[in-house]
Parts: sequence; C-alpha cells; structure tokens
Amino acid sequence: MAFPIFGGIHPKENKRCASELQVQEFPEPDILVIPMNQHIGAPCLPLVRKGDRVLLGQKIGDNQGLCVPVHSPVSGRVAAVEMRAHTCGTTVMSVVVESDHLDEKDPSIRPRTAQEVSRLQPQELVEILREAGIVGMGGAAFPTYAKLTSAMGKVDTIIVNASECEPYIVSDDRLCREYPRELLSGLRILMNILGLGTAVVAMEDNKPQAARALRSCLEPESGIRVEQLPTKYPQGAEKQLIYAITGRQVPSGGLPAAVGCAVFNAATCKAVHDAVYEGMPLVKRIVTVTGDIVMEPKNLLVPLGTSFNELLEAVGHSENPYKVLSGGPMMGVAQYDLSVPVIKGTNAMTVLGRKNQYNVERAQCIRCGRCMDVCPMRLMPMMMYRAIYSGSTEEMKTFHLMDCIECGCCAYACPACVPLVLAFRSGKHTLRAAAKR
Amino acid sequence: MPHMKYFYELTISSSPHVHSPVTTRTLMGDVLIALTPALVGSVVFFGFRALLMTLISAAACVFFEWAWCALMKKDNRTYDLSAVVTGVLLAFVCPVTIPYWMLLLGDLFAVILVKQLFGGIGKNIVNPALAGRAFLLSWPAAMTTWVPAGFANGFGLLESVTADTVTSATPMGILHQGSMEGIRLWDLFLGNVGGCIGETSALLLLLGLGYLLVRKVISPRIPLSFVGTVAVLTFLFPMGHDRLAWMGAQVLGGGLLLGAIFMATDYVTSPVTRLGQVVYGVGCGVLTVLIRYFGGYSEGVSYAILVMNCCVVLLDRIGRPKTFGAPKKEAAKS
Repeated sequence: MAFPIFGGIHPKENKRCASELQVQEFPEPDILVIPMNQHIGAPCLPLVRKGDRVLLGQKIGDNQGLCVPVHSPVSGRVAAVEMRAHTCGTTVMSVVVESDHLDEKDPSIRPRTAQEVSRLQPQELVEILREAGIVGMGGAAFPTYAKLTSAMGKVDTIIVNASECEPYIVSDDRLCREYPRELLSGLRILMNILGLGTAVVAMEDNKPQAARALRSCLEPESGIRVEQLPTKYPQGAEKQLIYAITGRQVPSGGLPAAVGCAVFNAATCKAVHDAVYEGMPLVKRIVTVTGDIVMEPKNLLVPLGTSFNELLEAVGHSENPYKVLSGGPMMGVAQYDLSVPVIKGTNAMTVLGRKNQYNVERAQCIRCGRCMDVCPMRLMPMMMYRAIYSGSTEEMKTFHLMDCIECGCCAYACPACVPLVLAFRSGKHTLRAAAKR
Repeated sequence: MPHMKYFYELTISSSPHVHSPVTTRTLMGDVLIALTPALVGSVVFFGFRALLMTLISAAACVFFEWAWCALMKKDNRTYDLSAVVTGVLLAFVCPVTIPYWMLLLGDLFAVILVKQLFGGIGKNIVNPALAGRAFLLSWPAAMTTWVPAGFANGFGLLESVTADTVTSATPMGILHQGSMEGIRLWDLFLGNVGGCIGETSALLLLLGLGYLLVRKVISPRIPLSFVGTVAVLTFLFPMGHDRLAWMGAQVLGGGLLLGAIFMATDYVTSPVTRLGQVVYGVGCGVLTVLIRYFGGYSEGVSYAILVMNCCVVLLDRIGRPKTFGAPKKEAAKS
C-alpha cells in the first residue's frame, strides 16, 4: 500500500501529445558537442585533442574522484576542444566531434553473454558501470557507481523510479513500454550488486500500459513488484517516492541510504543493462521533445551531444518559442542558447508558447496559505520567502530553507505569482555562503 | 556564431514555468460571486438603495486605491479586485439608512488608512472593511438607525435619513436586552429582519459559503470554529431562555455568519497554520459572545474579529507543520 505524500499539485499533465508515440532513432547529427560535465561531481578532463579520430563509444574524457567518463556517441574527428554552452546556463569544457557517419565502434565494446555476466562479482559490475559513464538519468545525474558503492550493505529496498510526474514528459513511460526486458534486466544487475532479492518499480497510475508491459515480463518469483502510485506532482521526487513506497522519511540533509533505500531511474536501469550485456557505454538516451507549441511531438533516441536546435527543427513549432526548457515545465531549466547539447540527464526538451507567461514582478503575498498546503516537504514557503526578503539567515534556518527540494509546487499554486523557487535558490546560496564563512 | 542556427527571443526564468489558473484576481472574483446572493437579498429586503450603496462603496474603494497609487507613484493594483471586495463588504455592514457621504468616508478610511498606509494588499493588519465600520461607529446614531426589512420600498434612493425615520429594533438589539420577544428563527434564517444590508439572511450567506468551499477559496476551519464556538457558548448560557432557540437566534442573527464566512476568513488578516486558524476562530467566537452578553453595543462580531486580527502574528507561530524528515524531538516552533 502506498503512503500518501504530503501536499502536491495536479498541473495539467499534457502527456497525451507524446505518450502514444513510439521512440524513433534520431538521425546522427554532423556535429556533436560533448560536455565534460554531465554529472554531479568532478568534471572530466578531455582525453582527446583537436584533429584526433574518435570511435563510437571511445572514452573521450575522465577524471579522478567522484566522476564518470564520457564517451563519443559517434565515430569521427575531434573538431575542437573548447568552452561551449551547457544546459546548466554556463559554458563548460566540451569536445566537439564531427561525425563521419560510419559508426565505427571502439574495439573495447564487446557484448557479454549471460554466463559471463553471471560470473561477474559486484565490484566488477560497479567498475563496468563507472567505465560506461552511467549516471542517474532522471535529471540529477549522480554517478551510479558512487551511489552503489555507498549503498552496499546499507540498503534493504531498491526502488526504480518510473513515476515521471512532470507534465509533458513521457520518456520513461515509453522506455517501460518498449524496453521492459532491458529495464528489468538492468534492475536485476543492480539487485545483484546490492545483494537484494526484491525491488519495487514505482510509477504513477496514469501509465497503465507501462505497468502492464513490465508485469508481462515478470516471472511470478522474480521478487520485483510494480507499484502504481496516485498521479500527483511531485510523486517522483526521490524523498517523496521513498515515503510513498516505504513510509520512511529521509532525514533532513540525509541520503536515501540513511533509511535503507536506493532509488534508480528507469532509464538508468536500461543503461545498466546496455553497459553490462552490450558493453555499450551511455552515449544515447530517450528524449521527449514536446511542448504546447510543438507541431509534431516526438520521443527520440538521441545521441548525447545533439543540439537543442536540431531537436527543435525535428519537431517544428507553430509560433516563436517563448521558453525552451531542458526538462519539464515544473523543474526544467530555461535555455537562452539553443546550441546547448542533450546530456545524460536530459529527459525532455519542452517548448512553451507565450501563453504560459505569467507576471512575477509585482507579486504581493496575500497569505492565503496555498504554498503551505501544497508543499511536499511540509515547509512554510511564505515564511521562508519573508525570511529571505528580510535577509535573516537565522529565520531561513528556522523555516528549514535547506530542506526545500525546489519542486515548484508553491510557486505553481501561489495566486499572487510570488517567485518563490527563485527566492529559495538565492536564499540557499546565501546560507551556503554564510556557512563557508 | 557558427554553432547557433536560429535565434529566438527566449525568455529565461526560474522554474516552474507553468502556473495554476488561480490568481489573486480570480480568488477575489470568487468572493464577489459568493457575495452576490446576499446582495440580491439585500435589494429584496431593503430596496434598491442597498444596491446603490454597495456599488458606490465598491467604486469608491477602487477609486481611492487607484488615486493613492497614482499619487504615491506606486503600481496600480486595482485589477486584483481586492478593493472591490472591501467596498462591498463595508456597505454590507452598514444600515441601509446611512448617508452616502458617511459611506464614502468609511471607504476612504478602509482603503487608505487601514490598507495602503500599511503597504497595500497583503500588508494590512486588520480587515479594512471592518475597520471602516468601526470608524463609522463614531456616528453611533446613524450606524444604529434601523429600518425593518420591507420598509424601504417606499424609501427614496437618494434621500438622506435621520434618526427620526421610522426605526425598529433589530433582532440583535432585542437579544442584547436578554429578550427573545417577537424573534422568529425562520425570519432570521431567510433574512426578513432589520439589520445591516448584507448580514440579515443566513440562507443566502450560507449559499456563498458553499460556493467558497466548493471552489476551495477558503477552508471551513475558521467559519466552523467561529460559529461553533458561538453556538456552544450560547447553548451553555441561554440567559434563561430555551437553549436551542437562544442558540439559533444568536447564530442566525446579527452579523455572525457574514463575519465568520467573509470577514474572519480574509487571508491577509487570519493565521496561516491550521491550528492557528482554529484557535483564531474560537477566539473570535468567545469574544463575540462576551461582547454580545456584556458589552454596551448589541453586536460583537466586528470587534471580535478586529481584536483577533491583531493576534494573528502570534497565532502564526502555533501549529507549524513538522518538516518532512525533521528530527522527531524537534517541535514545530521557533
């Protein structure tokens, strides 16, 4: 039985426009920009130089510490190693690859048979995942090997996050429908690494076909169960999902492992399968390209490094875009330069028209309390906002500003259109700076 | 730039990029819709002067707010309709007989002194309409000149009314003297009695409450705890009358329902926490009964709410939600 999460909202789902569309392979672009920073942790250092020939799946960047390597999604020539625009809003060191459209694979890419895989030790599997550059593909892009290493021996529940509560996005829905076997196979590898016999695949109940597809691939004794949760944003936020499945609250400032849970995104599971069985590093991902002014929404299997421009061109738009988001409308990042590439954490590109404009400049809180009612972390956003406005770090701490997950429920529900999330980001910044001092 | 194929004027802003259709303006619009049944009732009971007063008061509030913003070079926010709500509510808590200039003075006081001087919408400490009424009670004779319902059919739209006009005791006045003579609960329920323009009909106000609850504009916490407290206290201390009849008259009579549904629930001047709201409602109820029983003036609702408005800053500190994942022992206080 699912535990009901606190708060939450029901924004228009807008998933219909893309949920029934099969994933198409996106034609390889001529130029790919592969940022060295596609994950949480230390950025990679480029391993290639301008003019070098690279092969599909060849490692082109790596580093020490908390880091996973990046690979070339195509074969071709390195056109440049330079700073390029990134979806996070700044420029980062990137390797620009000019594809030769030959798709010559790196010799290290070698499929493994089931027997070979069954002989692999957990440590070896973790190393394979690191080398394959696997990160959490739900958006945060935390290196999966690091999550596994820190979770080993501490975890009693594995949750696969296929909730996909953001409006518009259907990439995980499609993944569950079209690649259920790969997803479950990847999940078994993760279960094997963590030494657990059971796991839960959690999704919102607005994806019945996805649930059916997964269940039809499950043997009765598999230990894996598919749980359907009420459709409500942010059901898929990590802390909320853990609570919904187990009733445990991740302590303030803590990690899921603190309550014995490890959460993996659905797409991550498939990437794990590909890495272990196919030997293929993470160089492609499913991206939902959608939005209210998109002519022909699509689910595309995109080589990482493909620019947003190219995706936008592939779907067309009926009016000049007002906002182009990396991600969905609730937590996505608005882009100003469409040359930015698709990276490991890009689950969608959402293009919104001008009718989504709402004015935040003259916002004035009317104390209606809606922000409190919808906050899944049970915070008091209006008080946090006031604390930030008055600049009192003491008050910010009193109202648990750092516990905010920036899901956007409060700002969505605020009738006065107060830019709450924006304020909370800056407030957190202030608090972090104050802690350093 | 070579790698930039297209250029659009893209907007960048913080997430979220979509917004609920509910805005301050739609909320205030819903309150106005909820007030409409009572407005229709007021015309039936007190004639078209009631309607004219309400319209003038609303227009005056909007004008004063606009003029203030223009004068002070502040953003004109009248589009949020909060001034209209203030104007309608202030007219609703006046007798139909007061002169128009007095009403306008009340509007001026409510909008400028109570609301704008404190920083405009969201910043005022007490409810503007109620403060306006409290201010108008500086003319006690005019504010307590009551005509019976149905009287106004022969009553001119523009005439000013003095205390010599045919006056009648309101149900609240009778109750205040510890009597229940001539009070029929059915009349109180329908509103066919003397009193302020918008307060007489319990039925029509409850219709408005239903609308506000369905539209989720307000929660039932404040109206329920407010009216419930008055009901319990009047039931326990019936002043020698039949308990139920006394309680019924106290709940349905006077401005209790108008106050509990439309005034005490004003977001700006009520607490935000659930427990705070309940305590606030109970406080309003207790004060109302105390003033009605022991005060010099027959009605206590407005002063009860005004007093509790001033306690909101304290009530906001109780019942704060326990943050997700916060340590068990940590109480939700600061």
